[in-house]
Amino acid sequence: MTASPTQEQFDVIVVGAGPAGSAAALLAARAGLKVLLLERGEYPGAKNVSGAVFYGSAILNELIPNWWEQAPVERYVCRRDISFMSPTTAVALDFRCAGAGYATAPYNGFTVLRPKFDRWLAAQAEAAGAFLLTSVVVDDVLRDNGRVVGVRVRREQGEIYGKVVIACDGVNSFLAKKAGLQREFHQHELSLGVKEVVGLDPAIIQDRFHLTGNDGIAFEYLGAITEDVHGGAFLYTNQDSLSLGVIGQISSLVERRKRPYELLEGFKAHPAVAPLVRGSKLREYSAHLIPESGWAMKPKLYTDGMMVAGDAAGFCLAAGLYLEGMNYAMQSGLAAAETAIQACQRGDFSARALAVYEKQLKQRNVLTDFRAYRHAPAFVNGARLQNLYPELIARSMENLFRVNGAPKQKILPLAYRMTRQLEIKPGQLLRDAYQVARSYLW
Amino acid sequence: MVMTTHEEKMRTVRFRVAATPHITVNSDICRSECSTHACVYVCPANLFVPLDDGGILFNYESCFECGTCYIACNQEGAIRWTYPDGGYGVTFREA
Ligand SMILES: Cc1cc2nc3c(=O)[nH]c(=O)nc-3n(C[C@H](O)[C@H](O)[C@H](O)COP(=O)(O)OP(=O)(O)OC[C@H]3O[C@@H](n4cnc5c(N)ncnc54)[C@H](O)[C@@H]3O)c2cc1C
Ligand code: SF4
Ligand code: SF4
Repeated sequence: MTASPTQEQFDVIVVGAGPAGSAAALLAARAGLKVLLLERGEYPGAKNVSGAVFYGSAILNELIPNWWEQAPVERYVCRRDISFMSPTTAVALDFRCAGAGYATAPYNGFTVLRPKFDRWLAAQAEAAGAFLLTSVVVDDVLRDNGRVVGVRVRREQGEIYGKVVIACDGVNSFLAKKAGLQREFHQHELSLGVKEVVGLDPAIIQDRFHLTGNDGIAFEYLGAITEDVHGGAFLYTNQDSLSLGVIGQISSLVERRKRPYELLEGFKAHPAVAPLVRGSKLREYSAHLIPESGWAMKPKLYTDGMMVAGDAAGFCLAAGLYLEGMNYAMQSGLAAAETAIQACQRGDFSARALAVYEKQLKQRNVLTDFRAYRHAPAFVNGARLQNLYPELIARSMENLFRVNGAPKQKILPLAYRMTRQLEIKPGQLLRDAYQVARSYLW
Repeated sequence: MVMTTHEEKMRTVRFRVAATPHITVNSDICRSECSTHACVYVCPANLFVPLDDGGILFNYESCFECGTCYIACNQEGAIRWTYPDGGYGVTFREA
């Protein structure tokens, strides 16, 4: 396929109107570039699922000051609660912060509902001058002499030309694969999230979760909650609903022959969770993949005429304590837009010129964070960390607090007995402790 | 109600069904080559129905377009997978 310069219509073509794509389109349009934002959904967000706590408030605040005053946000998160579970017990770590940046502007995180939030964000890109086209599937990139010169959309005369293409098409990114930038994934690198939004009266939400005003809480769960599937669960408060879900690594779902929606029912029935969801009514069920291996699944980030950002580049930090994708999606989208703006100024869209993208990604702490946590996913998203140890903690507490006339047990012998019961070897425990430290401490 | 069956869950999701399937399953491969039938368990929409002869009955109409089956399937060529045409398929309102 050849492209003549006269057909070249857009400066930037952004594929996918999730947080990565809309942020990229917004910034590029503000710089005066001619930007096309393509989305296959009926509206932006129609296909998208997150927990969701959006931790990119400060980032977005730089683009749109006090953005939360006009955006469809649910609650700001000033409490986080991490629970370690056995089938009958939960041991929780409860973090509350009413202080700077959590319960005050620019806030640390907001719960959002993606179909509403994404739609709003894409509208901001439009307001900045980007052309948004929805209900359009991009099937391939267009090439001229090996260089990417546009995209092919699934319709008559579906060739659209642009100086640079930014692929923000999410976890399955067919575009990055078609352009030869990404390989096929392994089953252990992806997790499936199944989720429910359940309606609940705001007054009940406030009472039940001890919240005032627009305070919100994010619960995360590890341990027996996913039975023996590697993964975890979450429950977040919205205005008049809760978002709750279970996440399971595909390879272990396959191995254990577990149905994800049955795990979800098990989660809601757990004695520590059932009282939280009591009286709620299902509004919508959903499912989506999560790229979980971070650094290990990073594609080639750019080639002549094209860059990859967001989930499409594996920029989702899913490692035990963290499930952060929207903020990194936005940061990487912005980094790609900054690179595109420079490329347009210089009139050079070669891979050499687009190499600046890596520098921008470091400046925005994307590549640096993913490098720092490169050891975490492979280790943390495994059986011992996600299933066994959380259960060990929960079971140990069960015994520690039990008063039944038998002699009181001290912690170490008790923990030793529990590790034996769960068939954990002391040497393994020590090696794992070292790995945890290497993943999170330095 | 808090606890729901899979059918009740699926009834809350809106799908705009396209005229042609975006996913097709080659049941011959399922029948003769597959030992896991992983798709039957992992699909969050429960769209893969195992048949007595080892084959698979598949209906694309209420698919989340998540990609799980495509990743979980261990037989080359058993699943042909793409996105539905623009505007069709799953349309979340709350997600
Ligand atoms: C269950 C679950 C819970 C999560 N919880 C959180 C959380 O609490 N906080 C957090 O920060 N992250 C969370 N994540 C991760 C987060 O959802 C992702 O990291 C984030 O959505 C990535 O944004 P993106 O813009 O890169 O991709 P996406 O949001 O996936 O957007 C991609 C867009 O591209 C469109 N598209 C794809 N292909 C094409 C095509 N060929 N043509 C046209 N359009 C196309 C899609 O329709 C979509 O709109 C969660 C994920 C899941 C599944
Ligand atoms: S996993 Fe693949 S090959 Fe096996 S039954 Fe399912 S679709 Fe067929
Ligand atoms: S894409 Fe997801 S929902 Fe659709 S058939 Fe495959 S596993 Fe099921």
